[in-house]
Amino acid sequence: MNTQFFAAWIEEIAAVVSAQRDHLTQLDAAIGDADHGANLDRGFAAAREALAAASPATPGALLVLVGSTLIRKVGGASGPLYGTAFREMGKQFGDRPEVDLAELGTALDAALAGVRRLGAAAEGDKTMVDALAPAARALAQAVRDGLAAGEALGAAAAAAEEGAKATVPLQARKGRASYLGPRSVGHEDPGAASSALIIGALKAAGSR
Amino acid sequence: MVGIVLISHSAGLAAEAAALARQIGGAQVPLAAAGGTDDGGLGTSSDRIAAAIKEVDRGDGVVLIPDLGSSVLTARLMETPGSVVIADVPFLEGAISAVVAAGGGASLDGVIAAAEEARGYRKL
Repeated sequence: MNTQFFAAWIEEIAAVVSAQRDHLTQLDAAIGDADHGANLDRGFAAAREALAAASPATPGALLVLVGSTLIRKVGGASGPLYGTAFREMGKQFGDRPEVDLAELGTALDAALAGVRRLGAAAEGDKTMVDALAPAARALAQAVRDGLAAGEALGAAAAAAEEGAKATVPLQARKGRASYLGPRSVGHEDPGAASSALIIGALKAAGSR
Repeated sequence: MVGIVLISHSAGLAAEAAALARQIGGAQVPLAAAGGTDDGGLGTSSDRIAAAIKEVDRGDGVVLIPDLGSSVLTARLMETPGSVVIADVPFLEGAISAVVAAGGGASLDGVIAAAEEARGYRKL
């Protein structure tokens, strides 16, 4: 996977976040402050523009630039969280011109660790960690099983999607929804939902 | 003198909390409000926080006091150990305590400790 692959990933994310903007905002309206779709749409549109202006040469530089742009432009808690995730992935890649599936798995682990450190969230707290952690595990398993890239990214996407759906019955313990206590039960977490879209976009970028 | 930055989702809340803290704690303290998003909505702007830190930095350290959610997470990304540090304190009471301590010439650690005392304040 080279710089072009990761540029395609960001394009896919920007497209799917834009298409799902109202859905994400509806999820956030139920248990948050109804800005998640708009915030992410603005953030990834800004990331696309930043990439077009700077044309980073390596996957690492590209992902660090995406992360820094999200931190500056999103405006909600997902900015620092996703910004940290992308920056950690980018730092993991260093200046390598290409990375393999195992390295992508390691980078996803680093991204997850960054998100957990910043947000102090664990699995089951009804946050983006509930989608990202199963995705990282599925990707690591796929690498161990020697799956091809398409299948491996498909497994990660399915695990993220399943993890996001599994947040519905949970009571939020972190983030804005945690102020609602038991009222947060019965709604899918918007951060987990957008994390599933982002991981799903990896698969789409791979099959471009 | 230690500088203080109040970070809120709301530009109005940050500005008014700063005005109140300044009135009680003294006008000489370097104090800035960083509230709301770049376009004036509810949320957090890392650019506004960065500008506020620059504005109040006199070389003795800067204390960041965020309200909740993205204010806290964004502030955490702006920390520099030993010089730009978050105080995990009630927003208004912590801000007033911090400004009073900074105005009295407290060090960075002293201002943080004073702000943390606000956690135990009782109103009745």
